Amino acid sequence: MGYMRRFLIILIILILTAGCTPQPTTNDTSVSQNEYIENKGSDTIVNLALAWAEKYQQINPGVRISVTGGGSGTGITALINKTVDIANASRQIKPEEMQAAIAAGLSPQEFVIARDAIAVIVNPSNPVDHLTLDQLSKIYSGEINNWSEVGGEDRTIVRLSRETNSGTHVYFLESVVRKGNSADKTIFAADTLLLPSSEGIIAEVRDNPNAIGYDGLGYITDEVKILGISSPDQPDNYVIPSAETVTNNEYLISRNLYVYTQNQPTGAIKEYLDWIFTPEAQQIVKELGFVPIQTH
Amino acid sequence: MNQTRKHSDQLINSIIRITGYSSILFVLLILFFLLREGLPALASTPLKTLFSIRWYPIEGYFGILPLILGSILVTVVATLIALPFGIGAAVYLSEVAPPWIRDILKPIIEILAGIPSVVLGFIGILVFVPFIRKFLDIPTGLTAFTGAILLGLISIPTIVSVAEDALNTVPNSYRQASLALGATRWQTIWDVTLPAAKSGVLTAVMLGIGRSMGETMAVMMVTGNAATMPIHLNALFTPIRTMTATIASEMGEVAAGSQHYQVLFLIGIVLFLLSLVINIFASLASTKSRQRSERLLS
Repeated sequence: MGYMRRFLIILIILILTAGCTPQPTTNDTSVSQNEYIENKGSDTIVNLALAWAEKYQQINPGVRISVTGGGSGTGITALINKTVDIANASRQIKPEEMQAAIAAGLSPQEFVIARDAIAVIVNPSNPVDHLTLDQLSKIYSGEINNWSEVGGEDRTIVRLSRETNSGTHVYFLESVVRKGNSADKTIFAADTLLLPSSEGIIAEVRDNPNAIGYDGLGYITDEVKILGISSPDQPDNYVIPSAETVTNNEYLISRNLYVYTQNQPTGAIKEYLDWIFTPEAQQIVKELGFVPIQTH
Repeated sequence: MNQTRKHSDQLINSIIRITGYSSILFVLLILFFLLREGLPALASTPLKTLFSIRWYPIEGYFGILPLILGSILVTVVATLIALPFGIGAAVYLSEVAPPWIRDILKPIIEILAGIPSVVLGFIGILVFVPFIRKFLDIPTGLTAFTGAILLGLISIPTIVSVAEDALNTVPNSYRQASLALGATRWQTIWDVTLPAAKSGVLTAVMLGIGRSMGETMAVMMVTGNAATMPIHLNALFTPIRTMTATIASEMGEVAAGSQHYQVLFLIGIVLFLLSLVINIFASLASTKSRQRSERLLS
């Protein structure tokens, strides 16, 4: 009983003092010293955004940047709801999202901050080294179901994809499954496994010789094998994704990575975005396995 | 003095009454919110689309049948796995185990109940998924069966603790009478103690089923989330997609008020109705068995 009472008293004290956490002191003379930038969106970009934020906060100790993932759609939705300052997206904003943003009184601004190659990966024990874009499309739409149909062993193909809220998923649907043809209404085979994370895809491809998956080049580890992909124009020229083959436009499955701001950026957000386009920040892009853009 | 005691008693009474009523209020508010957000889906989406077999919301395929059947399949199998372990462990703890073993086992089961499901999901990905693929020689280990095993693990502690409490409430005189009549310990457990605690044990099972049906994270991590129709015989060993995993992975992305958003809330309504049906069955079963046991014992 005595225990219970003591516990209750402590609990009450805790509740009463919970509201008394020191509030950040707003000092008018140093407003720019305490800027807070909220950054959310694409899981593809989250590591890059974290690395940038870390570096930028070293250079500018007064700025605090919080970075979270969740998917491109999640980030843009948060931007429209005005809960974040910067949304990261591995796809362009959709027209309906743009309309919703305008309806919310915003005019989202788009910046291409890096480029990314989507690598197609299989288990290292899989003898298949390369696929044509057409074969890849047929695998994911469910027309090809066995590795022996593309020169591999007699094994059922297990298709892995990111969830539908991932920008990578949408990009792969449009550029690979539909081969860039917007009139094509082909979709992923119903038995495609939709995994909630990049790590989930890498883990399953690493363990499972039947699996095929795709993910941003920056996420690919040494434990899986990257396939060479050929374009329909040159079906025999299989290209492995790399910074070089993406910059030269040789590797087919590559895309721009974007950030969006609520309006024309000003103040700390503008300074941060300007910094992203410096060679210093673009060097981080390269280190993380993405493809830098031409800096100006 | 007496006056103040009376007043404080009234005050505490009314506070307790408010907390009691508030749970009804919360359920009604949740129901109202679900219906308000979800029912417009019936207007915006034709029934033919809703009861089709393809779920691919970003292209307008809103067939929720594979999701409902996926949830039901995983829940049923998880319950079949958890039932013998859960009831068995409860009987052992309450009827068989010596006190010192019970003192060790009970906290361990409580720890199992406290493990976050995302941790179990992680263990599932690293251990169960590769093992099940190799052991059963199937294309992938991300299957309904893997999810059912994890859900079984998650619901066992719930079943054990509620069922054990129910068994403990059976008066000792029942057991003594049964043993005095010459029944063995097993006959006493099976024919006397368990039937006497039937309503509590049933409640335990229903709570376990509810836990399985509502579990999200672990299921999302190990079932593969492919929205296929689980109607063929080996569906248990293929990937499936549950309602909870669908809501969890897609709700973050949808624009509020869009068709996709409405359909996700409609799935929420379906989940709510399913758990309502389970609860109704639970209370029907428990009142019926209570009437019977009361008749027998009077």
